[in-house]
Amino acid sequence: MTAEEWQIVWFTAWVSALSTLLILPLGLATAWLLARRDWPGKSLVQTVVMMPLVMPPVATGLILLKLLGRRGPLGRFFHDTVDLDIIFTWRGVLIALGVMSFPLLVLAARIAFEQVPARFEQIARTLGAGEARVFFTITLPLAWRGILGGMTLAFARALGEFGATIMVAGNIPGQTSTLSLSIFQHVQLGQDPQAFRLLGVSVALAFLAVWTSECLLLRPRR
Amino acid sequence: MIRPFLQILLLTGLVLGADVAPAASIVVFAAASLTDSLQEIARAYTRQSGDQVALNFGSSSSLARQIQEGAPADVFFSADQAQMDSLEKQGLIAAETRRNRLSNSLVIVVADDSKLAIASAKDLTQAAVKRIALADPQSVPAGIYSRKYLEQLGLWPALAAKVVPTDNVRAALAAVESGNVQAGMVYKTDAAISKHVKIAFAVPPGEGPDILYPMAQVKGSKDPAAARKFLDYLNSAEAGRVFEKFGFLIPK
Repeated sequence: MTAEEWQIVWFTAWVSALSTLLILPLGLATAWLLARRDWPGKSLVQTVVMMPLVMPPVATGLILLKLLGRRGPLGRFFHDTVDLDIIFTWRGVLIALGVMSFPLLVLAARIAFEQVPARFEQIARTLGAGEARVFFTITLPLAWRGILGGMTLAFARALGEFGATIMVAGNIPGQTSTLSLSIFQHVQLGQDPQAFRLLGVSVALAFLAVWTSECLLLRPRR
Repeated sequence: MIRPFLQILLLTGLVLGADVAPAASIVVFAAASLTDSLQEIARAYTRQSGDQVALNFGSSSSLARQIQEGAPADVFFSADQAQMDSLEKQGLIAAETRRNRLSNSLVIVVADDSKLAIASAKDLTQAAVKRIALADPQSVPAGIYSRKYLEQLGLWPALAAKVVPTDNVRAALAAVESGNVQAGMVYKTDAAISKHVKIAFAVPPGEGPDILYPMAQVKGSKDPAAARKFLDYLNSAEAGRVFEKFGFLIPK
């Protein structure tokens, strides 16, 4: 492994981790609202949240590109107000990864919340606990394993993201190149040994991530 | 009992019939910069000959790689010599059919609403130019040509960090059109088909690298005769006029 290859692995790992952390608050809030509350338009929101999971990643990437590009509504806003460019930068990678892994986090967290017996929450309320206290002392501690499993899945999804990333961030060596983009690039150039080394890293990371999430999601809770 | 059997027989007949139909069908792998001109030429060719032409555009390097991996191409039309050379060396093209058909030149483009003052390649070094889209300078011909030119001027070290490498030259053009990069280097012919970019600077003939497009029949072609027939048509004056209309030059 060369220094550039380590840089790619490191960049991919930390930008995936960061995106997972960034989507956590919104992801948990969405999951909790879907699991515990009934409100108008719930099924619509549920569907929209799941879209990136089933849409072609490139299509999601195109939507992001049009929104965040210099001529897009959000892109223009960021450029004019804080002089921040998103497209073709690592911020683009971050956003693409976050959007693409959001559904997995919500899905896992929603199931985790649903599995917490509502009775416990009721009891806490009858004892005078407010909604926030119920959430942080009852729901969250009982659901943490599922949430952690969801975070691991989201992280793993982010590690392997390709379609949306290449649309939004391109494949700039040392700046936006992730593991998957580099593997693709090496194969394009006929540099199979380099591709195989990165392939090995991907396999190892994916195995670790899925295994962790399996352990977290599947082990029976006591 | 009999009816389904007859239906199957009939269907098989239709499928086989399609196979023995007189019109041939060929697959052409061509450099992305040839997109519009070849589409027009292929349409005219199909009208005349009845042969179907399927066009697959991409960077010459990825197309060459696909042919090397056994992709079912009949004709390869590359934007540089290196890709064709590598296929010829591996015995994957019919060398006697190889011919340099076109030449092209490089231009620096900016979005049509850009206010940047760029009158030469040196102006790309200004701070206002944050990113420059190039076809991948490691592999894609248009990028390799651009890098050669910028290296020749001694500007490459200053510009390399600004480069956004793209899959092929048309992707570099699209990045400039979208306003997400401040400038790009593409072929003159690419700039000509876009309504959303303007040419800021054209590399004068003789100053840039020689850009020659070779074409050849792929050895693995299932219908070499049809492939050669299409190559003959590409060599014709009629096809030449279309290429010239799109801004290509015809080398002597």
